[in-house]
Amino acid sequence: MILLKLFWSFFQIGMFSIGGGMAAMPLIQNQVVNLNHWLTLIEFTDLITIAEMTPGPIAINAATFVGIRISGIPGAIAATIGCIFPPCIIVSLVACIYFRFKELTVVQGVLSGLRPAIVALIASAGLSVFMLAIWGEDGFSTNPQTINLVSASIFALAIFILRKWKPNPIYVMLGSGIIGGVIYLMI
Amino acid sequence: MKNKKHIYRKLFTSTFYLSAFTFGGGYVIIPLMKKKFVDDLQWIGEEEMLNLTAIAQSSPGPVAVNAAMLMGYRVAGVLGALVTILGTVLPPFITLSVISVFYTALRDNTVVNAVLKGMQAGIAAVIADVVMSLGSNVFEQKEIVSVIIMVSAFIATFFLGVNVMYIILVCGGIGAVKILIQMKKVQKGGDPQ
Repeated sequence: MILLKLFWSFFQIGMFSIGGGMAAMPLIQNQVVNLNHWLTLIEFTDLITIAEMTPGPIAINAATFVGIRISGIPGAIAATIGCIFPPCIIVSLVACIYFRFKELTVVQGVLSGLRPAIVALIASAGLSVFMLAIWGEDGFSTNPQTINLVSASIFALAIFILRKWKPNPIYVMLGSGIIGGVIYLMI
Repeated sequence: MKNKKHIYRKLFTSTFYLSAFTFGGGYVIIPLMKKKFVDDLQWIGEEEMLNLTAIAQSSPGPVAVNAAMLMGYRVAGVLGALVTILGTVLPPFITLSVISVFYTALRDNTVVNAVLKGMQAGIAAVIADVVMSLGSNVFEQKEIVSVIIMVSAFIATFFLGVNVMYIILVCGGIGAVKILIQMKKVQKGGDPQ
């Protein structure tokens, strides 16, 4: 049954995508394009673009998209549940252990080592988005002409506002979208 | 009882709202969660939130879903976790269901692309802001090991592309070793000779 196949495919994707959405990409491609031929490579590239444009984690977006195309809403539900099932189980287990044993010194030690690492990982992700915004898909270049001045200005303004007045970051994102939208449409 | 229902509803709406704005990859949900759950609602401390983020990253599955689930469990038990999972999954589910029908039109639409490009700079700023806050906290704690871990992990992941799992294992290991050394020192010091 196709619903079961969808569930199982995305179960595997959910199971093995550790450390963020980008890691899931090759897995999704393998399952969706290579193994099951649910999407062509071009459609897959479209999917990535759409998934970056829509809210939510890439894996969930992919699950819903593929699911709907293959079997409508039930397909989307099957794929999405398949995708979040393994994380739910594993995170629950880890959480149980954490909440049960978090007072233990060793656990506290491990976490004290992890916390700065997490900050570094977030910083790394942030820097990637920053470079994408300023230099676009071609990546970093010392040539000052490649710098997207609109993005750079919005970034500077946004970070100034964030540090100074600590507003709700969602408003900052929306504001950047609107300002950017208007400017980009004008030029 | 009314109080509990109120919490579940708040959890759901908060998570739904946050998930609706998680553009450009799952990581941006972390500053959003920090603002909402640590700063505004004060349901959890910053340190604990980082602990939960660590667990969320170390486990399979999208960071946003894991983090939301953990937050929900922490605040309101199993039902809380279910509520947050639902809140996190529904926005992309609804959006994608609607969009998949006419996605090509959307993909090529100039207005949409312009707004998204603008948002990109905003997202970068939001993440940069939270990194500055968290990073300066690490520096302020004046623990040289933490600072070294932070810098090395950054170099390893951004410049060297080391797999997240290795970084987590190594840093967790360093943390454990450090604590064990400290415990040994205390033992030796307190030992009546």
